[in-house]
Amino acid sequence: MQAFIKAVSYYLPQQRLTNLTLSALFPEWGVEKIANKIGIDTRHIAAEDEFASDMAVAAAQKLFVEHNIAPTEIDFILYCTQSPDYFLPTTACIIQDKLRIPVKAGALDFNLGCSGYIYGLALAKGLVAAGIAKNILLLTSETYSKFIHPGDKRNRTIFGDAAAATLVSTDGFAGIGEFELGTDGKGAENLIVKQGAIRYPSKNADSVNDGYGNEQSPGHLHMDGPEIFAFTSKAVPSLIADTLFKNNLDKTDIDQFILHQANQFLLEHLRKKIEIPAEKFYIYMANVGNTVSSSVPIALSEAMNERKVRPAEKWLLAGFGVGYSWGGTVITFNKP
Amino acid sequence: MNIEKFIQEFTEQFDDLDTSTFTAETLFKENDEWSSMTALSIIAMVDDSYKVRLTGDDVRNSKTIQDIYDIVLAKSKL
Repeated sequence: MQAFIKAVSYYLPQQRLTNLTLSALFPEWGVEKIANKIGIDTRHIAAEDEFASDMAVAAAQKLFVEHNIAPTEIDFILYCTQSPDYFLPTTACIIQDKLRIPVKAGALDFNLGCSGYIYGLALAKGLVAAGIAKNILLLTSETYSKFIHPGDKRNRTIFGDAAAATLVSTDGFAGIGEFELGTDGKGAENLIVKQGAIRYPSKNADSVNDGYGNEQSPGHLHMDGPEIFAFTSKAVPSLIADTLFKNNLDKTDIDQFILHQANQFLLEHLRKKIEIPAEKFYIYMANVGNTVSSSVPIALSEAMNERKVRPAEKWLLAGFGVGYSWGGTVITFNKP
Repeated sequence: MNIEKFIQEFTEQFDDLDTSTFTAETLFKENDEWSSMTALSIIAMVDDSYKVRLTGDDVRNSKTIQDIYDIVLAKSKL
């Protein structure tokens, strides 16, 4: 059985963090110039009492309303987050109850960041292909704002909170093609929240300067920006090439490239390196920032709103980051 | 590769700073404009112009433009 993307919706929390606010908080930071380079004007930030699971539920409810889907149709929930409500139970179980999805549905969480959406599509396709489920609700939701040290101006400039909901089914608007996936745990230390889980349970909030004037601590999100940049420069061009190869396609066969919206500076560097024409390279970040696992579905949804997609168009989707972990696939829109 | 051209390409990664006095021995982090964004710009420039991948540690452990130049030179011979 072939798997399709049937519907995509997303949710952004109400509160906004603008460049104006950031520049008032960090007057020496030159936020306008930096934000201009990374292509971000505003990020949405979850309220203090709003959590990733609440946002995932809101995104799913939008999906149900916008695409006229009944919760009773869902027979599997895949929930991608690095911000679970509890160590246990699985947050996807709580989401099943909140959304009134039938108790006969399967549900599980998986923990990935910027590659998460691609992995979610791969898992969902597997469930459909094996005949295990027919209507999979793939949810991605992240609140990195809760991990970031208040004095970490760089990460506060980059990351925004968001959730997305995708229905993967036995029919839909675009068929899901072949996958290229990869992992390199040697990069774990470069993007990490080290404390607060089992290995280092107690949090030490004493901040250390990261060498670039950003306050970070082992209890907060640590990102070695230059190291992550070096990793993506190396990994993403081969990810794109290998994804094309797996799908038996050339670069010129792809009508739209949608990469994880890390930041515009990195994306432009990758675009030139891979030699993708600007008009085929979609960027949607200015109003949302880097939303981790929701960046690809948000950009996908916006790209489809922005222009009329011709029948049989092929779009390449790719995610890469924390882990390190990366993945790519091609979706093919239906013929008339 | 030559150091004069490298210094020129290096200083182009600074937007506001007066870099006309920059030499191979300039301590390039000792100014107000240096940030992780400048570090990224330099890694990107070296990747574009020399097909060499600098790591975050390469930049972190360097003090002068000469230090970076030497790393690029060594890596381009690999």
